[in-house]
Formats: sequence, C-alpha cells, structure tokens
Amino acid sequence: MKLALRELWRRPGRFVVATAILALIALLLMVLGGLLDGLLAGSTGALRAQRGQLIVYSSTSRESLVRSHITPPMRKEVEGVAGVSQVAGLGSVQVGARVGGRGPRDLVPVVLFGYELPPKSLPDAVPAYGEVYADDSLQAEGVKKGGTIRLGPARTPVRVIGFLRDSRYSGQGTLWGSLATWRSVLAANRPGERAGEGVDQALVVRVAGADASGQAGAIDRATGGATKTLTIPQAIDALPGVTQQQTVFNQIIGITVVIALVVVGLFFALITVERIGLYGVLKAVGASSAILFAGVLLQAVVVTLIASAIGVTVSLALAAAIPSGSIPFVATPSRLLTSTAYLLIAALLGCAFSLRRVLKVDPAAAIGGEQ
Amino acid sequence: MTTTATDFALQMERVSKIYSVGDAEVVALDQVDLTVDADEIIALVGPSGSGKTTLCSIAGGLLKATDGSVIVGGQDISQYTPKQLTRFRRESVGFVFQTVNLVPFLTARENLLVVDEIGPRTGRRAKDRADQLLGELGLADRSSNLPAQLSGGERQRVAIGRALMNEPNLVLFDEPTSALDTQLGDQVVNLIRHEMKSRGTAAIIVTHDERITHYADRVARIVDGRISAVRSARHLHRHQV
Repeated sequence: MKLALRELWRRPGRFVVATAILALIALLLMVLGGLLDGLLAGSTGALRAQRGQLIVYSSTSRESLVRSHITPPMRKEVEGVAGVSQVAGLGSVQVGARVGGRGPRDLVPVVLFGYELPPKSLPDAVPAYGEVYADDSLQAEGVKKGGTIRLGPARTPVRVIGFLRDSRYSGQGTLWGSLATWRSVLAANRPGERAGEGVDQALVVRVAGADASGQAGAIDRATGGATKTLTIPQAIDALPGVTQQQTVFNQIIGITVVIALVVVGLFFALITVERIGLYGVLKAVGASSAILFAGVLLQAVVVTLIASAIGVTVSLALAAAIPSGSIPFVATPSRLLTSTAYLLIAALLGCAFSLRRVLKVDPAAAIGGEQ
Repeated sequence: MTTTATDFALQMERVSKIYSVGDAEVVALDQVDLTVDADEIIALVGPSGSGKTTLCSIAGGLLKATDGSVIVGGQDISQYTPKQLTRFRRESVGFVFQTVNLVPFLTARENLLVVDEIGPRTGRRAKDRADQLLGELGLADRSSNLPAQLSGGERQRVAIGRALMNEPNLVLFDEPTSALDTQLGDQVVNLIRHEMKSRGTAAIIVTHDERITHYADRVARIVDGRISAVRSARHLHRHQV
C-alpha cells in the first residue's frame, strides 16, 4: 500500500492526465446534478415546503393547481375522513409583479399562493389581508421587506412582510398570503378564474398515521371520486416536466458515470501493462496478487478523491458566482457526495479490468525468461 | 509446510521440468540432482537454453517442478500451492535479477524495505536491518538516493541488500555481472562472495561469465537440461590453467 502511495507522491506526472480528465468528469457530474437539483428546487419548492402529507385536487384537474377547484362540500367530506387531522385550503395564481425601482414594463413573474396551513419556516399566523411573505430569491429582483409589489394587470398592491427560503414554483419566485388576499388578486387579475368564497384550488391535508398513501385512497373514496389525492412526492412528480427533467438528467449522469468507468479502466489497464515487469519482480520477491491489486485500487481511489475534490471546489465556486435567479444551479452536499460516490464506484469497477492482468503476471518472468 | 532440520541450503533430487509447446513437450530439466551446502556458493554455467534459469527458478519457488523433490532450507516446496510459494519466496529465498530491477521511485533504503512491506510488517526491526545492510554494503550515505541517482555497482549492491533483507537460506543470482564492465563485475562478485560467506548464506549464481567461477566453491555445468558435471572451482581452474 505504501508502495502505491509513494508512486503517487513521487511520480505525480504519471497521474496528472487521469486526474485532470476525472476532475472534468467530476465537475460535469456535479454541474449536471446541480442543474437538475436547481431546476427541481425552482419547480417544486412550494410543494416541498408544505407541512401536510397530502394534496387534494379535484378529480378533473389532472393534478394541476390552476385547473383544480375544491368546493366547500368536498372540503367537508375530506374533513370527515377518519385519520385526517387538519385540512387547509391552498390557491395559486401566476402574475407579473411590478417591483419598486424597476421600469413599468419590467415585470417579475411570480406565483402568489394563498394558504391556511403555513409552509415550513413561516409563522403559524397567516398574514393579514394584503400582506405577503416572499421567496428570498425575489430579493435579487429588488423585492424588499416592507416594500409594496403591484400584481398583475390590475396592479393589486401587496406589502412584503418577510421572506422564506426554497419555495419557488414553476421556476418562479413565490409570494405567500392569506386565502383572502389570493382570492382578491385572482378576482382582480383573472376574472375568468375567480374563486368563490370558500372555494379553494386544492387542500393540504395532515394525517395522523404514517400511512399517507392509504389515507389518500380513503379521501378519494369519501368524496365519491370527486377528488384526486396525492402524497407530496406524487404531487411533485405530477408537476409538468419534473419527471422528464429527472429522466433526461439522470440518463446523462448515468452515461457520464460510464465514461468515468471507462476512463479509469483504460488508464489503470495501461499503467498495469507498463508495470508488468515491476509486478513480476515484486511477485518474485513475495508480493501477492492481492497486495498488488490493492495498490492499484488505492491509487484509483486517491486519484478519484483528488478529482472529486477539484470538482467539488469548482462546483461550490460556480454556485457562489452564479447570480441568484439567473441559472438554476445549486451545489448541495448530498449531490456532491453522491457524485463522488458514483465516481468512486466507477473507479473501482474500472480497475477490475486490470485485475486479470495483475493475476496473470508470472513471477518467473522476472528471472531470465530462458527455459 | 514441511520443514526438516538440515545442513543443506538446497536439495534437488531427480527434478524434471517439462513444458508443453503445442502438441510437443520440451524437457527443460531432466532428472537433475543438485545439493548446495548451507554456506556454499555454486556457479551454474551453461549455454543459452540449457535450463540453468529453469533450475534457478524452481529452486527459488518461481516455478514448480514437473517431477522430483525440491527442499530449500529444510522446506519441501515440491507440492506447495502458489500461495505457499509466494510466502516461501517472501521469507526464505533472495533474488538478484539480471537487470537489477529496483523499484525506480523508491530510494535505496525503501527498496530494501519493500520486502517487509509486501508481507506481515515488522516495522522497526526491518528498518534497523535495512540500515545495517546498507551500512555493510557501503551504501549508508546513498540510502536516500533513487536508483537513477546510483551507479551500476551501487544499484547491484542495493539489489543484493534487498535479497538479504529476509535473512534467506539461499540467494539466487541471475547473471549478476552481465550489465557490468570487467572491473565492476569483479568487484560485484567479490562483494557477493564476501556477503554470502560472512553470513553463512548459500548462493547459486547463474552465469555465462567463466570468470565468476573463480569466486564459487563449486561449478555446476548444465547442458540440455542435465547437469553434466559438478566440480570444485579450484579443480576446474587447475585444469583450465
């Protein structure tokens, strides 16, 4: 093992090319993952922020908030389902926002949510009519605490009383106010979609037990099929484009991991061929194939960790350098660790190509070669 | 592992090695008998392809004999598994190869310590032994040098030190002077004799170089896989003169 580490230390030039290529692959993996996470975070934050376990849509809505209407009788039926501990209305409307300090035509696209059950990180008390909390990404657009934003063509004013994190929806910043505020903005700016008193787009439901999926079925049965109830993860997957984004990005990430595997495999296979003479001598003086192959694995792990560290550093630098709201890129510890783990697995599997060659090295070749 | 007390470093009895080449069989060693005393130096001479490297490889546990018995330092290695042979080579024999074959990115001292690092480590003991050997081989001040920074003779001495690290019963030298000029070759063989005799370690030196026979206790001549004659070196030289 010491032998393998000393080679890395004393002959770094030998490993520079492989480390550089792997660092680029690591960076590619982390950037792809970061973009996927950023896109998903920007699309799904409002749902992930919910404190309930279930979202109840009307059955004809195709799991879309804007197409969904929950009437008071439906809500009553949901509230009556055994195991349901809390039911809260939820509404949303996408509008252009006029923010102080920006030009009159320079609208910031936002989604205003009306809620009863506060999302995570917001206080229990719902804001007063005309007041909203704003997603902190809107600060980059000029939204300030205490400032007034005018929403939609009707320029309905709302006052920002605070910020919350990670609540973006459909790639847009969000505002969070009372259901009354939402109804008012909706009526003023989307008269055709007006929601009557007591009508919500969806319900956020908290259940007592752990079996949220079972409760979803019970709710839909109780409403006679008038509702379509999803768990939060199901509701996230049902958002337009989310599953497709995940599939495409994960396929690219998978191909990148395979490329890493091939790069590591080829590199160490080449190095092993170069070392056959040395391995012959070491085997002749008593080294086992296991100890020689362990050295190859150790070198692959060290090279991969160095490459991953470079990838992590550049990814974090990118995440810090990219202005908020411009490119949907986030560098989360879990994504960086997962990418490193994928690379390590690829490196170890890639090294397996060299195992046969190491096993086949004949110690007798070290001495003469004459028969 | 079978170990018996013995005064011999090596006992080979009726050892044969047959290689299959396609449908044909090539007899590399044919019923060879050879005994080496505990502190004896034997020069193994013969033309190319005569089987001297094969004999050396079998004695060192690098190859398995097709037939016959091979006992090294009291261990009968004839039926050893590859794993047992690996351990045997690590613990009981030393090798000095024709092309020296030091690990190029290790210093002289580290090249000696490789023998300890590839087996169950003894740590301080191995380091002390490496320092002692380097001192005895006149390399104390070169211990931190890489092989590329050493002369041919110094590299050969490091290789000898590596072969002696595990305190072997038998050291096998494969053409130790082939890459050296006459003067350096003489120095190296002198050193080999001195080191082997001072430690009471047996050695087999495979060589084409007749001059080496001056330094051996006995000379075994091998032709076509058979040892044709084993003479004392003194006897041999008297007849050559």
